[in-house]
Amino acid sequence: MSSYGKKYDVIVVGAGHAGCEAALATARMGCLTLLLTMGLDTVAQMSCNPSIGGLAKGHLVSEIDALGGEMGLNIDATGIQFRRLNTKKGPAVRAGRAQADRMAYSARMKSIVEKEPLLDLKQGMVVDLLSEADRITGVRIREGLKFESRTVVLTTGTFMRGLIHVGLNNYSGGRAGEPSSEGLSESLRRLGLNVGRLKTGTPARLSSRSIDYSKLESQPGDAVPKPFSFMTDKITCEQVNCYISYTNEETHQIIRDNLDKSALFSGNIEGIGPRYCPSIEDKVVRFPDRNSHQTFIEPEGRMSSEMYPSGMSTSLPPDVQLKYFRTMIGLEKVELMRPGYAIEYDFVEPTQLKMTLETRNVNGLYHAGQINGTSGYEEAAAQGLLAGINAALRCKEKGELIVGRDQGYIGVMIDDLVTQSTTEPYRMFTSRSEYRLLLREDNADQRFTELGRSIGLVEDDRWELYQEKQEQVAKGERFLRENMITSANKELVEKFGLGQLKSGLDLESLLRRPEMTIEKIAAEHADLQTLSPAALEQLEIAIKYSGYIERQLEMVERSKEYEKIKIPEDIDYADVDSLSTEVREYLDKVRPVNLAHAGRIQGVTPAAVAILNVYLRKKYHAKNSAR
Amino acid sequence: MNLSDTIIAPATAVGEGGIAVVRISGPRALDSLKKYFRPTTHNIKFSSQRLYHGTLVDQDEQHIDEIMAVYMSAPHTYTCDDVVEIHCHGSQQVVKSILNLYFDYGLRLADAGEFTYRAFANGRLDLSQAEAVARLIHAKTDSSRKLALSQVEGQLSRCIDDFTERLRKIQILVEAWIDFPEEELPREDLEHIERTVSSVIEEINTLIDTFNSGKVLADGASILLVGRPNAGKSSLLNKLLGEERAIVTDIPGTTRDLLEEGITLAGVPVRLVDTAGLRQSDDPVEMEGVKRAIDKIGHADLVLLLIDGSKEVDDQDIYSYRSCETAPTFVVETKSDLEKIADLSFVTHPLYSISIKTGEGLDELKEAIGEYLLGDYIAANESVMLSEQRHYDSLVSTLKNLQNVLIALCEGQSLEFIAFDIRDSLQYLGQISGETTTDSVLSGIFSQFCIGK
Repeated sequence: MSSYGKKYDVIVVGAGHAGCEAALATARMGCLTLLLTMGLDTVAQMSCNPSIGGLAKGHLVSEIDALGGEMGLNIDATGIQFRRLNTKKGPAVRAGRAQADRMAYSARMKSIVEKEPLLDLKQGMVVDLLSEADRITGVRIREGLKFESRTVVLTTGTFMRGLIHVGLNNYSGGRAGEPSSEGLSESLRRLGLNVGRLKTGTPARLSSRSIDYSKLESQPGDAVPKPFSFMTDKITCEQVNCYISYTNEETHQIIRDNLDKSALFSGNIEGIGPRYCPSIEDKVVRFPDRNSHQTFIEPEGRMSSEMYPSGMSTSLPPDVQLKYFRTMIGLEKVELMRPGYAIEYDFVEPTQLKMTLETRNVNGLYHAGQINGTSGYEEAAAQGLLAGINAALRCKEKGELIVGRDQGYIGVMIDDLVTQSTTEPYRMFTSRSEYRLLLREDNADQRFTELGRSIGLVEDDRWELYQEKQEQVAKGERFLRENMITSANKELVEKFGLGQLKSGLDLESLLRRPEMTIEKIAAEHADLQTLSPAALEQLEIAIKYSGYIERQLEMVERSKEYEKIKIPEDIDYADVDSLSTEVREYLDKVRPVNLAHAGRIQGVTPAAVAILNVYLRKKYHAKNSAR
Repeated sequence: MNLSDTIIAPATAVGEGGIAVVRISGPRALDSLKKYFRPTTHNIKFSSQRLYHGTLVDQDEQHIDEIMAVYMSAPHTYTCDDVVEIHCHGSQQVVKSILNLYFDYGLRLADAGEFTYRAFANGRLDLSQAEAVARLIHAKTDSSRKLALSQVEGQLSRCIDDFTERLRKIQILVEAWIDFPEEELPREDLEHIERTVSSVIEEINTLIDTFNSGKVLADGASILLVGRPNAGKSSLLNKLLGEERAIVTDIPGTTRDLLEEGITLAGVPVRLVDTAGLRQSDDPVEMEGVKRAIDKIGHADLVLLLIDGSKEVDDQDIYSYRSCETAPTFVVETKSDLEKIADLSFVTHPLYSISIKTGEGLDELKEAIGEYLLGDYIAANESVMLSEQRHYDSLVSTLKNLQNVLIALCEGQSLEFIAFDIRDSLQYLGQISGETTTDSVLSGIFSQFCIGK
């Protein structure tokens, strides 16, 4: 086996959404990085829905952005329809969503990766992992060439032993038209890791010119698109419409008549699919009362005539797909450009990971994205970023970065992944966070910019902008606290409908009133008008929702007690008396890092946590007195 | 388990003894005392380990009880934290008022075994002792569940499960609306939220009222003394009362035939009920008394059937025996100092032989009664009040959150705030009946709604 010669700090395997973030992070943190992809033409490919964001996912993007990741900037530069969801609702559930120009998205990310000085982008299919003792040392590609490195980040997506199902036919492939990656999962098994199988699917792509848009309801984007990134001033990309069509009884009948030809229903698929993203045949079977399902028909790009019909993923044969699409309004003469398909792939059970996304078995080996049983570009990117950061920190011997559940959705996701067993592809939902009201898009900068700065991913320009905003917010808080409306100011009292004002009312209390907004107050006070809209929004949210926010903070405090009690990595659960065998197995499988973590594991009872606490304290005390 | 806040719990068994001790442990212990304690000697400075006399008052300076209080400073205390003990009168009502006063002040009711747990955590106990505590905590959880079941004949558990189920359904709706804003979810379902929350609030209120009546708490175990006239019932009653009497209350309103006396037997609060002799008679007044006694048999925790051992067994004894046959019964052969004449070979229930005169067999009888009752009460002894207070606490917190839901709905607040309060209220209910996990909520969403991006 020949060696490439160059010694890398980090090798990232796979150049999808996880891989790009991982490689950019390690290179930007000063590590010599190699990014290996099976196809240089499919960097940051959107294999399914060409959109970024949405509830909880948009939150992840803003966190990635604040930490110095690329996803937010990339969609801002290539998005062709931006919509803010839930603008009428509270701040915690407002989220951005944008339709991407799929090819532009991929091209821009590729050029960013190519420009990064310490980052080599190369084509090559990894077939084996190289290790010495319990440490990773590099990878081997199909051509027999060996690349050496101190750490490896695996982001294999749906490619490991990918098997594509279209109707009753199936063939190996990592994505339609691309080969699967064979050998790698066997290599992981040899390293002692448990490998499982999941399934996902995608709908057919429709030819734009065959769609009768005059019959469809159109859905425009927001008049003023709001960027994802803290660093983007303005969206300059030309914006386009999406369209809405519906299935009907006839569509459903065709699907029902052909269920025996579906890979899903004929028993050909062993992997488990996501419940939140059911195939159209799943929907028809599971909700027989619904006589119609909505679909958004979304453009894949300005230069492309492929249209993506959302919620229509399937594993029925192409002829059946064509037949049922043509029953739908506006799609009577539709042509399919690519058929929809289901895909099964290998993943590695994420309970075998540490909170840094490093495998417990193999030092220096990190996993991110679909290999961890997740779905979604945003979920993948967030993990890629965290895995990259931790790989770089390891190379530089600078410790590790673990994000708490109270700090961000990134923390919620990673904690869920390493704690709960995976029963379906994991997608982020806001309901997964017990601290939803704290984890908002609007304060992602406050939650992560300093962290990003401390690890070297936040550059000077972002850091200065961030500090400026923070100063403005502080200034605004002071102003609202220190300035009063008194009965002497008859004009304002009347304007704000304050009626009989006995003593003065400070502006902070005034803003707390349900009908009051920061705009109304700022309109009357020149000092506030000097603040940026983002600072004003922050000010308003922090004050208006302070009651709820404080309650959430108290909840965080309460959970911190157990968070502080660390469990040593080398703990032997067989040594802890009184634990049931069952609980011992759960603990041994997940290897929690602290007591709170242990308590979140399914099947670990409060009594078991108490016993563990007792054991740990005893051991700790014993150690101390021995010194 | 939080180890840094201040906790409170009764340190003595409920209803036992003339004096009850309420223990407070944690950083706010001394402040808690100072807040509501009015020492007889003014302007005192509390020194550790000294006993002070005075009155305990509530938020409105209303007298709660005359008490003795002692403050013990860390670390030389049971828990190694600051500890305050309040010695008050041994009435459940007083203890309850004191606990409620301090709950309002912000103290937390100690979990079962928590004082011991803290003692361990602070390094006072060794591992084997502490492990025993940990096992105890586990056992306590089970027994308090059992207690909750038995307390309101299983109603409480069923109620809580029902509340949980209804609120969980609402939570599923709300979360579905939050996480899937673009899906076509049934709008009329949202209106359902307010109705459900209102009705759950109403039902929780009713439940809380029954707790406040303190009825369940006041009931100890009841022991019924049955037997034909002159079998020795009154003598046994007096003997037990004479030696064991702690709090004696005459319950007015009982018939002349039923006399109830409260005592503590082997640490268990017990009501001894003397009945008129059981015999068939033509006298309508006497038969009324007999009828009442027979009614009581069905409800008693234990029946002591007394049979005079110095006489032949007669029809009246057999009649009494038959009346008690299906009830938990000890047969007590009295007058064992005299020559034994009665043939008790027909008795299949546990049989004890005593003499009031010499005291022979009395200790064995008491021990047996204690053991029998303790089977159910050993856990209840310390936690009957705790578990109930915990339920009461949890329900009050649940209520507060649900009222927030209504207010938020009324104000047209966004759903995530409503979800927050529903989640919080479910968490409080979960303290009584096990938790609702996010995963079960998501599963609920996926099973009910057609979700797909």
